[in-house]
Amino acid sequence: MAKLLPRKDVVIMGLGWTGSILGQELTAAGLDVLAIERGPWRDTANDFNIGYMPDELRYAIRKDLFLKPADEAMTMRNNVSQTALPMRDYGSFLPGAGVGGAGVHWNGQCWRYDPSDFIAKSHLTQRYGARKIAELQLQDWGVTFDEIEHCYDRYEYLCGTSGKAGVIKGQVQQGGNPFEGSRSREYPNPPLKRPYCASLFEEAARNLGLHPFPTPAANLSRPYVNPLGVAMGECTYCGYCERFGCANYSKSTPQTTILPVLIRKRNFEVRTECEVMKINLHPDGKTAKSVTYLDEKGVECEQPGDLILLCGYGLMNVRMLFLSGIGKPYDPKTGQGTLGRNYCYQTGGGGATLYFDDKRFNPFMGAGALISSAHDFNGDNFDHAHLDFVGGASISSGQTNGRPISGRPTPPGTPRWGSQWKAATAATYGHVMSIGGSGSSYAIRGNYLDLDPTYTDRHGRPLLRITFDFPDNDIRMQNWVGAQVEKIARSLNPKILTTGKASKGWNAVPYQSTHNTGGAVMGADPKTSVVNRYLQSWDVSNLFVLGASAFPQNAAVNPTGTVCALAYWAAEAIRDRYIKSPGALVPA
Amino acid sequence: MTQSGDGGADKSEGLKLCRRRFLASVAVLAIPGAPALARSYSGIKPPFFPFGADPPRPINPAGWYFLKPNEVAMVEAIVDRFIPADHLSPGGKDAGCAVFIDRQLAGSYGASSRLYMKGPFMPGLATQGYQGELTPAGRYRLGLARLSDYIRAHYAGKEFAALSHAQQDDVLAGLESGKIELKLVPGFSARAFFELMLQNTMEGFFADPLYGGNRGMVAWKMIGFPGARYDYRDYVEKHNQPYPHGPVSIYGEHG
Amino acid sequence: MVGVAVMLAAPAFAAPDPARIEAGRYQAILADCIGCHTAPGGKAFAGGVLLDTPFGKLATPNITPDKATGLGNWSAADFRAAVKTGMAPGGRRLYPAMPYPAYARISDADLNDLWAYLQSLAPVRNPVNVNQLAFPFNIRGLMAGWNWLYFKTAAIQPQPGKSAAFSRGEYLVNGPGHCGACHTPKNLFGADTAAALTGSALQGWFAPDITAAPRRGIGGWHVSEVVTYLKTGHNSHAMATGPMAEVIENSTALMRDADLAAIATYLTALPGDGAAPAPLSAGDARMKEGALVYDSNCRGCHNSGGGGQSLIFPPLAANPVVQQQSADSLIRVVLAGTQSAQTARAPTAAAMPSFAWRLNDVEVAAVLTYIRNAWGNAAAPVSPDAVTKTRRSMPRH
Repeated sequence: MAKLLPRKDVVIMGLGWTGSILGQELTAAGLDVLAIERGPWRDTANDFNIGYMPDELRYAIRKDLFLKPADEAMTMRNNVSQTALPMRDYGSFLPGAGVGGAGVHWNGQCWRYDPSDFIAKSHLTQRYGARKIAELQLQDWGVTFDEIEHCYDRYEYLCGTSGKAGVIKGQVQQGGNPFEGSRSREYPNPPLKRPYCASLFEEAARNLGLHPFPTPAANLSRPYVNPLGVAMGECTYCGYCERFGCANYSKSTPQTTILPVLIRKRNFEVRTECEVMKINLHPDGKTAKSVTYLDEKGVECEQPGDLILLCGYGLMNVRMLFLSGIGKPYDPKTGQGTLGRNYCYQTGGGGATLYFDDKRFNPFMGAGALISSAHDFNGDNFDHAHLDFVGGASISSGQTNGRPISGRPTPPGTPRWGSQWKAATAATYGHVMSIGGSGSSYAIRGNYLDLDPTYTDRHGRPLLRITFDFPDNDIRMQNWVGAQVEKIARSLNPKILTTGKASKGWNAVPYQSTHNTGGAVMGADPKTSVVNRYLQSWDVSNLFVLGASAFPQNAAVNPTGTVCALAYWAAEAIRDRYIKSPGALVPA
Repeated sequence: MTQSGDGGADKSEGLKLCRRRFLASVAVLAIPGAPALARSYSGIKPPFFPFGADPPRPINPAGWYFLKPNEVAMVEAIVDRFIPADHLSPGGKDAGCAVFIDRQLAGSYGASSRLYMKGPFMPGLATQGYQGELTPAGRYRLGLARLSDYIRAHYAGKEFAALSHAQQDDVLAGLESGKIELKLVPGFSARAFFELMLQNTMEGFFADPLYGGNRGMVAWKMIGFPGARYDYRDYVEKHNQPYPHGPVSIYGEHG
Repeated sequence: MVGVAVMLAAPAFAAPDPARIEAGRYQAILADCIGCHTAPGGKAFAGGVLLDTPFGKLATPNITPDKATGLGNWSAADFRAAVKTGMAPGGRRLYPAMPYPAYARISDADLNDLWAYLQSLAPVRNPVNVNQLAFPFNIRGLMAGWNWLYFKTAAIQPQPGKSAAFSRGEYLVNGPGHCGACHTPKNLFGADTAAALTGSALQGWFAPDITAAPRRGIGGWHVSEVVTYLKTGHNSHAMATGPMAEVIENSTALMRDADLAAIATYLTALPGDGAAPAPLSAGDARMKEGALVYDSNCRGCHNSGGGGQSLIFPPLAANPVVQQQSADSLIRVVLAGTQSAQTARAPTAAAMPSFAWRLNDVEVAAVLTYIRNAWGNAAAPVSPDAVTKTRRSMPRH
């Protein structure tokens, strides 16, 4: 029998980026908000000590800050003909754990999606005809870029994002991304310093007629105080960004932007080391009553709330809906059902590695978003009429780290051990740069999420099952962009140039990207989406599902900016409309 | 938490206890009348704990924690072929890579304690990663024993360490290429065993010296990696110029 | 919270004047009553804070109107006598950890308001064993002698020719604010010496010189910068941590701007001693070692020139806290870490991590010697022995 606790206005599951944003916005609206977080409390000085944070083995290799598969694993397969097996260690992607979530150990690449990304289906249909996208399961988001522009702006100013605007109020700005959607104002901070590789890339790209610009960085180029009054430091290019907590308050995280203000409030509470088991519905099945969780001693508690917000990592939000029996599971055979639909990822491959004798890059001087990019071949910024794919990639070069356990390239043909390996490693380290393409990932009928029939977690609940392979469209796109990358790389006259290819057969082992999207997608039609344009569940009106699980398909660049812009968008809808009149914000 | 497997739990236990005490009182302040919920944070300044650090504990360099004497001899010989001593650096053994592997296998890594280890264990595809039931410690124990069997059978009863460098290299190359098969278990091939040993050796060579390898920061000096420094603001725009300072370790050694 | 407490506690039989209660609430802020009378995590004003005095431990009493364990049976006159003369009902003498020598300057009218406020609080049952001193200091009667020697009451008379702000500042600093309780050096008997506000050791910290002394004091600070510091806990010269962070959070951040300006006007006009030792030369072995330690531990936040970063990492160059006679606070901060004040205007509460696990006593001494003598700073070197002593004295968990 679960211990019944006093009700709260709002119960949030997961205190990462979206939980923190919603917590801040809804406490400011006067609501009594409780966040339930599976992992521990974490904060800069006590947990990200500057003396031992630069520890590649502990944090990057042994993954000390990440979700342990022992606590929650997932199974995977490439298609329905295979038997899914558990990822016994996370490799391809690395979900976060604890207060701050993945917001603690992200790189800080703080992007907006392009206006056409939000209307992918209608835009591409209009421009190229329906046949062009027939093999894909593209959908519009139900919300437009212009509607959430101010939400992007709020997030960028919360973070103190360092960057250069490309288009302000319709006017193209020198040095920014001319393809971006029009923004209301400049970034709050100027771009980070440019490392050597990014300067070379920018020059080469410009010479080829492209439009390179500094990647917007939630690594701060100068000290900053955000609109909540929270102060941050200047990024020191330490090279321990992704997979690490930031030791000097210079990477934007929930801890460095919101939490000092949020936990000061008496109408906010977070309970850590409490794992939500399921969402309980009222007998009518149309509204949620409470959540059941196990506290840190394993005691089962029932926490009633008027409004329930799923703010976990996207994949875990989807699993929680499955475990709670909310929504109609998607069936890839019929294409019917919505829960688990349109699971997408990020397309990689097609990058170039450039070896030089006469150039020294000092790769250990890095930051998560110390990168320059060009979006000439991103999204629909180029004409696809005569190409055999849709979508595109962000081409970029930068320096995030030079950590030697995982990053010490040697020229092709070098043995992997022994004297020759040593000599090549010593001679090559620091003389290599790379140019990569991060590509869009579009939905197809066969990629989806559901519960695994065999494997269970430590509490006996089924694991989430991922059925995914890279769609042929995306492989063709990525390899076409790879050819453009190669042109840029060749123009820099490296001594040795190697290039990669995108290929089928998603592999769960090597790290690729923690940009898992979809499964509880947003949209205008309840037949093809789990949540409406405000991230409100079509089925359960007092339940909102935040996070990248809402993306109908994934764009080429990192999702965090859009995840958080949508969090502000949902918070506004709750604050301005839902509180005044609880119920469905969009008629089904 | 500790990476070194030498039982560094006291400190973090102490911290946890301290936090628990602190939070119990916070809960009372935060929600009067409600049941005292542990680890509840509300209406407070962000918690700060004097001395609240959870540093990795440097390994004790003496003795062996997991490997048996015959295994030690093999692993030392193997890491010395992976990373031979030459003018660039000492060999893998003198750099501490065998000690590193021993301590890792004796600790949480060796026991797969953070991994998903529930059955059923079924053979998987290459895209699904390692699906075996054996932990890294178990794989070393089995792999080293079978490798020893193989060498005795093929090299007139000798142990790996007694072979010439050329013979040792032949064996390692045979494992790497898959030419040599060992009698292991399904899902764990000789090649996988080779990859495991190579990966761990390189981890030890390039990790912070507190874990046992990279003694004297020899690997970092070899490639020009400055280690646990945290501020390159003055240098990042000095393009194509060498960084002027040597490495620093987590425990503050300067090299 | 205070507002809630007032509502809950309003007794049916009395009709307290809300204006007086509100005025009294402000007196409690000026006198920082909550700082000593609220235990960490405990109920406000319910006492139980252990004060480490040079003579032993004192626990602060419960000053809520609880009849059994608080001041529920006191009269307004009892309260005035206790606060102003250190004499509790029944002839018990208070220890001067209670700053009655300073509080003696508070007017009766203000004290009556304070009393009205305290009486309006919800009674909290919290028995406190106040006197935990060892013999002979546990004999309260001794305080009579102490008072005869050191207790000089004098209502503040405005100094001729000084502005109203200066006079108000003098009253706030030396009266309810009792700044000297921490910042004025004490003699062997725990009484103030004549070197008012020039810095003093307390509870393992060193409360710095807050006169207008050019180097160690706040001589280089503009009045508005003092106000910013007291209001927010931060300014371009320094950040408040340790006991001062609590004073700011509980008291000065909640004061009226005019009162803060008055305090600043007074303090910046207090003449101070600017004499400093010649800085150690950069070639000194301790300075070289210290520079090395600084480079690989400190510059990621405090910057290569010791300039710090606005509102998040305090500057070390020209920071008076760094150049006090005593390095006690610095040693403590490097070993254990510390957290800065959190106020409504500066809510970050950034913290410095502990380095006790990483730096040995020689390294801590070297880096402190370095920051005390680099970038134009000058102060006595720090010995490894002093670090050893502090390390041993500090409680671990």
